[in-house]
Amino acid sequence: MTATDTTPTELRVDSVTLTAGARHLVRDVTLTARPGETIGLVGPNGSGKSSLLRTVYRVLRPDTGQVRVDGDDAWSLPVRQLARTVAAVVQDSAADFDLAVREVVAMGRTPHKRLLAGDTPEDADLIDSALLAVDAVHLADRPFDRLSGGERQRVLIARALAQQPTLLVLDEPTNHLDIRHQLSVLGALRRLPATVLLALHDLNLAAYYCDRLYVLHDGEVTASGPPAEILTPRLLAEVYGVAAEVTTHPRTGAPQVTFLPEEPRS
Amino acid sequence: MTQAATGTPAEGTVQRRKSTGSGQGRTRLGVTLLVLTALLVVSATAGLAIGSVHVPPGQVWGIVTHALGADWQQPDWSRARETIVVDVRAPRVLLGAVTGAGLAVIGTALQALVRNPLAEPYLLGVSSGASLGAVSVIVFGVTLFGPASLSVAAFVGALGALLLVYATARTGGRITSSRLVLSGVAIAAVLTAVLDLLLLTTDRGNEARAVLAWTLGGLGGVNWDTLWLPSTALLLGIGVLMVQARNLNLLLAGEEAASTMGLDVARFRARLFVLLSLVTGVLVAAAGPIGFVGLMMPHIVRLFVGGDHRRVLPTAALGGAVFLIWADIAARTIAAPMEIPVGVLTALCGGPFFLWLMRRDARRGTDRGVA
Repeated sequence: MTATDTTPTELRVDSVTLTAGARHLVRDVTLTARPGETIGLVGPNGSGKSSLLRTVYRVLRPDTGQVRVDGDDAWSLPVRQLARTVAAVVQDSAADFDLAVREVVAMGRTPHKRLLAGDTPEDADLIDSALLAVDAVHLADRPFDRLSGGERQRVLIARALAQQPTLLVLDEPTNHLDIRHQLSVLGALRRLPATVLLALHDLNLAAYYCDRLYVLHDGEVTASGPPAEILTPRLLAEVYGVAAEVTTHPRTGAPQVTFLPEEPRS
Repeated sequence: MTQAATGTPAEGTVQRRKSTGSGQGRTRLGVTLLVLTALLVVSATAGLAIGSVHVPPGQVWGIVTHALGADWQQPDWSRARETIVVDVRAPRVLLGAVTGAGLAVIGTALQALVRNPLAEPYLLGVSSGASLGAVSVIVFGVTLFGPASLSVAAFVGALGALLLVYATARTGGRITSSRLVLSGVAIAAVLTAVLDLLLLTTDRGNEARAVLAWTLGGLGGVNWDTLWLPSTALLLGIGVLMVQARNLNLLLAGEEAASTMGLDVARFRARLFVLLSLVTGVLVAAAGPIGFVGLMMPHIVRLFVGGDHRRVLPTAALGGAVFLIWADIAARTIAAPMEIPVGVLTALCGGPFFLWLMRRDARRGTDRGVA
């Protein structure tokens, strides 16, 4: 594989189990993302979505099982080499150090750069198009730590795009985003020439933008498959403990989930 | 006119003033470095000229160029003046520049490594560790490593203190400012107490007094023979940190994010801890623990060139050098003929600066999760 290879990556998570003390965070999860697919992880809080993603972008080492990126064990590749293939948008607050937005996005170029190499016009172009993809060109010169939550989230996504990944892993990328940017960011992710694995809260967004979903519950995969096949009232009642109605949206053709509160509005 | 003005409403108001981005940032960096280099030359000249015997700046340059072997000026000065400038003041000014530059880059790197804007070798007890190491060598008369024994012991002490502070301040992968500063202060207090105990119980009375003066930080007593070690340490430190500047930037994004961008965080931090302790140890062995330079310089510099370490490091180094040369000039002239330890003066400036920084971060912290 060369550095300029832009073929989307194939991801195979193979019976991964992850524990913290006596507690199972992830239990025997198997997941595949074929090259170019957009895969959504859904499930209630604490169902293990973030933990599973952490084993993929190599922060938490699985106790058993393997994470394979184009056939290679992600945990035996050199960190830098993996970073040229896999980029991540994590939930981790940045410290307070007066970086401009452009400089934050430029960090994404690091795994492709030799230590003393300067930023080339090519890097500048990649940074520009990453900013454009998340509608943040106008923020380029602003101090990162004075942006709103949604603006920051978009910049962090731009940073991951500047890394030119062939597998992109995102933990709740639509957090803090307003509706318009939720749609535009997810749309941009779909258009990427990359495999995308993302955790999402919003089932309707997940159903619309993802090719396949994995539903996690207590660290285990409860269901997986195309959204229209697996999003059923029975599954939602089992996993979320909430009554729901699932219809097919007449305009988008995607499944539409409506949760039904226990007590009717008075 | 009014039509033209309303025709292009947005162009003039595009937010470009606060730019620290690459284009404008680079020219600003060039200007800043140039100004600071000029300041450094002026400061060094002042450092050589000012003192109990005043030497006019022109003559200073005559003496310096003469000593360097270029005779463009007929010597019209006394041997005594030449000795004062070349053998007494020059090494002292150089040590001031080296120490100031060193402390500033150590502070810069430390702030990135522990991801905390209040980090500084003196505040974190690293300098106290170095002092204790160095003083043990003097008190117990250990000379295992010959003339470098002092520096080696200071390095070991600095590394020990840094690891201790880091281990106690870190909980759940995060270091909050309060924990960091509190463990730094507590560990510094214990180390200083042990140091005082050593000095009070030693039977080498005269040495103890000399050491006590040294623990306040001072640039006196340096000569050309001892200057090479701190200079080499500084060059090594700046060199390695400049090579690693991109990786230091990654740490600003957080540990998890840094590792997803290709940095082996644990290994990187361990290696830099050793490097920073080494440089701190050597500098403390040469000039005593001088506080707050490493805290102030990075922050002042970031206001001008932004947060990218490729720009912060060289700028902070020059700024630190200029600052400490002037602090030392003040130290030996304010109460002349008595000399004030330069560490006392830097603390006078740095203490209020620290308080200001703490309050600023507390105000900002509410909306950005920096505890």
